[in-house]
Amino acid sequence: MICIIDYGVGNLFSLRSSFEFIGADVCVSSDPAVISGADKIILPGVGAFCDAADKLFQSGLGDVLISRAKAGIPVLGICLGMQLLFKKSYEYGEHRGLGLIKGSVCPIKPDIPDNFKIPHIGWNRLHFPDDKPKSPIFKYLSEGDFVYFVHSFYGKDCAESTIAVTDYGAELTAAVADKNVYGTQFHPEKSGETGLKILKAFCEL
Amino acid sequence: MITKRIIPCLDVKDGRVVKGVNFLGLADVSSPVKLAEFYSSCGADELVFYDITASAEGRTIFTDILREAASKVFIPLTVGGGINTLDDFDRVLKCGADKVSVNSGAIKNPSLIGEAAKRYGDQCVVISADVKRVDGVFRVFAKGGRENTGMEAIEWIKRCVGNGAGEVVVNSIDTDGVKGGFDIEMLEAVCDAVNVPVIASGGAGCIDDFVKLFKTIPNIDAGLAASIFHFGEVKISDLKKELAKNGINVRL
Repeated sequence: MICIIDYGVGNLFSLRSSFEFIGADVCVSSDPAVISGADKIILPGVGAFCDAADKLFQSGLGDVLISRAKAGIPVLGICLGMQLLFKKSYEYGEHRGLGLIKGSVCPIKPDIPDNFKIPHIGWNRLHFPDDKPKSPIFKYLSEGDFVYFVHSFYGKDCAESTIAVTDYGAELTAAVADKNVYGTQFHPEKSGETGLKILKAFCEL
Repeated sequence: MITKRIIPCLDVKDGRVVKGVNFLGLADVSSPVKLAEFYSSCGADELVFYDITASAEGRTIFTDILREAASKVFIPLTVGGGINTLDDFDRVLKCGADKVSVNSGAIKNPSLIGEAAKRYGDQCVVISADVKRVDGVFRVFAKGGRENTGMEAIEWIKRCVGNGAGEVVVNSIDTDGVKGGFDIEMLEAVCDAVNVPVIASGGAGCIDDFVKLFKTIPNIDAGLAASIFHFGEVKISDLKKELAKNGINVRL
């Protein structure tokens, strides 16, 4: 059973539907017992980092997630869910994250040319680093495949765990992994066939 | 690098897709869910569902359709039409919308955009403006293009973006349904005024109109159209191939 953590942020309908579409056994839950019993955990998220982090920690679900991740259960953070995996974020102040991925979340704006628009919205290509084997969640993908991004902040100082980047006037972190913990800045559930292939590969971990 | 987006728009009334010419004289086209699946398989980058129903019953049919589409089509979905309150945002987001487009709702209640952006994030809020030249000035029209609000369009759009709209759809009433090409002059004026993605709408009649749009205005982000796609006059796969041939960056 794959469990999507419901901690009161964002729309989980599409995410749940995308797993159902590929035939996965999926549930959406805010119950620590259900989350603890899942084989795989999805951390979704849209909106502001600090609101989401507050909700995650105050509900106690953040600690449940950390302990399951440390026990080796595969975890996938999506968009803001990926950013929450980081140690900290500089989105309007400085905020603590889950600390499962080294690095911090920073605004894109100062790192790209002025004529590039923020948010980075749309379809962009994934590039896999040459110096690492391809991540198992990308086993069905080819270099340069397109995925859908919507974000104004991105993961930085995380070269060690970067498994894909995208080009938007600068190289932006597109996906990270540290052992069993994975994160995608883009939305696999909104990235058509390519996105479904990533979810399928995650289900097969 | 980010690609230029091609977006089919589905105007939905009583559970069916319709498209007007100059916003009048609607003609039934097809099933919204079938059409959405078809467009997604042809390479559409995003879909817009526009609810043009007025009745409460029609609204329920619309959200049922949206839910069905969102469980079969995995590309971004924007929903517009009848969005007047935060509850309306909530209603469509729960059914699988990724972005919500406001038009008359923002004119009636100018604080709607700010409140929605605060709750759902800027990326979720799209300002859609129906714009028409009146005595040489771009004016914002409400109620599906029937009522001149008297507001100057560029100032209005800038204000909406300042309040938190993360994307702008510009529908030129002057070129809508005429199939003579996009309203380059109007779109350039909007692109020069804001630094969020701008989507061109109204006037596309053939593939060359899209080529001209993206070549003339390098910082326009997307082209939106309805009837030319619904009636098969322009096939999305052919359109994207032609754009790529012309050096325009698209997802193939």
